[in-house]
Amino acid sequence: MESTFSFNWQAAIDAIPFLLKGAPYTLMISFGGLLAGFVLGILFGLLSLNRRWYLRWPATAYIEIFRGTPILVQVLFIFYGLPDLLGGPIEPVTAAIAAIALNSGAYISEVVRGGVQSIAKGQREAGLSLGLSRTQTFWTIIWPQALRRMIPPLGNQAIVSIKDTSLFSVIGVGELVRQGQVYIANTFTAFEVYFVVAIMYLIITLSLSLLLRLFERRGINAV
Amino acid sequence: MSNIVEIKQLNKSFGEHHVLKDIDLQVKTGEVVVIIGASGSGKSTLIRCINGLEEYNTGTLVVDGHGLEPHGGSQKALNTIRKEVGMVFQQFNLFPHLSVRRNIMLAPMKVKGMSQAQASDSAERLLERVGIGNQADKYPNQLSGGQQQRVAIARALAMEPRLMLFDEPTSALDPEMVGEVLDVMRELAREGMTMMVVTHEMGFAREVADRVIYIHEGRIVEEGAPDQVFDTPQNERTQAFLSRVLSH
Ligand SMILES: Nc1ncnc2c1ncn2[C@@H]1O[C@H](COP(=O)(O)OP(=O)(O)OP(=O)(O)O)[C@@H](O)[C@H]1O
Ligand SMILES: [Mg+2]
Repeated sequence: MESTFSFNWQAAIDAIPFLLKGAPYTLMISFGGLLAGFVLGILFGLLSLNRRWYLRWPATAYIEIFRGTPILVQVLFIFYGLPDLLGGPIEPVTAAIAAIALNSGAYISEVVRGGVQSIAKGQREAGLSLGLSRTQTFWTIIWPQALRRMIPPLGNQAIVSIKDTSLFSVIGVGELVRQGQVYIANTFTAFEVYFVVAIMYLIITLSLSLLLRLFERRGINAV
Repeated sequence: MSNIVEIKQLNKSFGEHHVLKDIDLQVKTGEVVVIIGASGSGKSTLIRCINGLEEYNTGTLVVDGHGLEPHGGSQKALNTIRKEVGMVFQQFNLFPHLSVRRNIMLAPMKVKGMSQAQASDSAERLLERVGIGNQADKYPNQLSGGQQQRVAIARALAMEPRLMLFDEPTSALDPEMVGEVLDVMRELAREGMTMMVVTHEMGFAREVADRVIYIHEGRIVEEGAPDQVFDTPQNERTQAFLSRVLSH
């Protein structure tokens, strides 16, 4: 069989306006989900470091459950499973944001834990020996240093989560991939459309990488 | 003069490992006590018990009239003691994310509620006192080891401690920087600061110490004026240790 395929630039360009309608969803789900995930990550990351087992264990359970199951299963569970429990439907976008939040929250918990544990023991001892309380020592000495070290892995997680939003076409959220699927159903230009979709993801993730790199450099200079 | 540190029959184990054995030790206000001993003998553990960085198992420990019970004791007693006891570490442990000035201002502001302006003035005066008045706005990693350790001393002094603990303050320094740190400590001693110093600097010990304590495997086996301990040690273990370190 001979391939007569050639890339149709016109088809690709024509698809852009329709595909772009998906970008706000992709960005909103990523941003909202990651913001909530960051809050969850700080909360459960710190709890997982707590001396008291009854605070540590639930945090560890949360982290293990959401790291150990596929995000696709998580979102299907939230969108199709939870309404049975709640007695009412959940908006697809809400389910998508919740899935990113819970999933990235588990990974960010580990980032937070690792960041805090990476700070030398002497820093804590210096704070305590100066008369600072454990809480003061943590928030004024350990946390600012840990946060700086967490920037690269947090950036990494943000990129992973942005890409994960592509899975939410399965629950009908009109994000980039979903828009692509709808468009292809009418035009049969899969190659061109997915090519453009891929470029759009790349633009988002590369911008983020660039931003983080600038941020990181600034952070290092301040030390 | 009264005793600022009173330790009676103190024992401390890390798990099965019995590290401090029946320690009896009193330190008078204004006294400079130097603690010597081989690596692993328990010198650090002993001075870390005094400000509660290590918990001990049995015995009594009273610092400036505040009892610190075994197994940590009350948070209140710990806080009171730590406000009154400064500590200088081998590795400096400066806060790398804060300027030198902020390193020094932190505790007076957070713990004593000192105003920013006051804390900043006091930081400058302290830096002047340790001989690096012009470095206030640098970050720790922009300073030499000797300068960093002097900042660490200034940071501890900012809390106006009644007792200063030094755990091998010059061991991490390049040889040419040891002198500048010892000079600051010598000056502190001259001004009447009560000091407990773990060090391998025998010259400093002989010159500055009021009393030298030799610890062997967790036990105080010799104690006395520097000349007495260095020139006529009574215990054969002290003799062996001194002949080893002094021959270098
Ligand atoms: N956190 C800890 N956990 C378990 N064992 C410890 C701990 N800290 C110290 N030890 C052990 O206790 C003993 C005394 O240690 P310490 O640090 O007090 O000795 P040192 O006299 O200060 O030695 P050095 O001159 O090497 O600093 C050593 O055998 C050490 O291995
Ligand atoms: Mg030691």
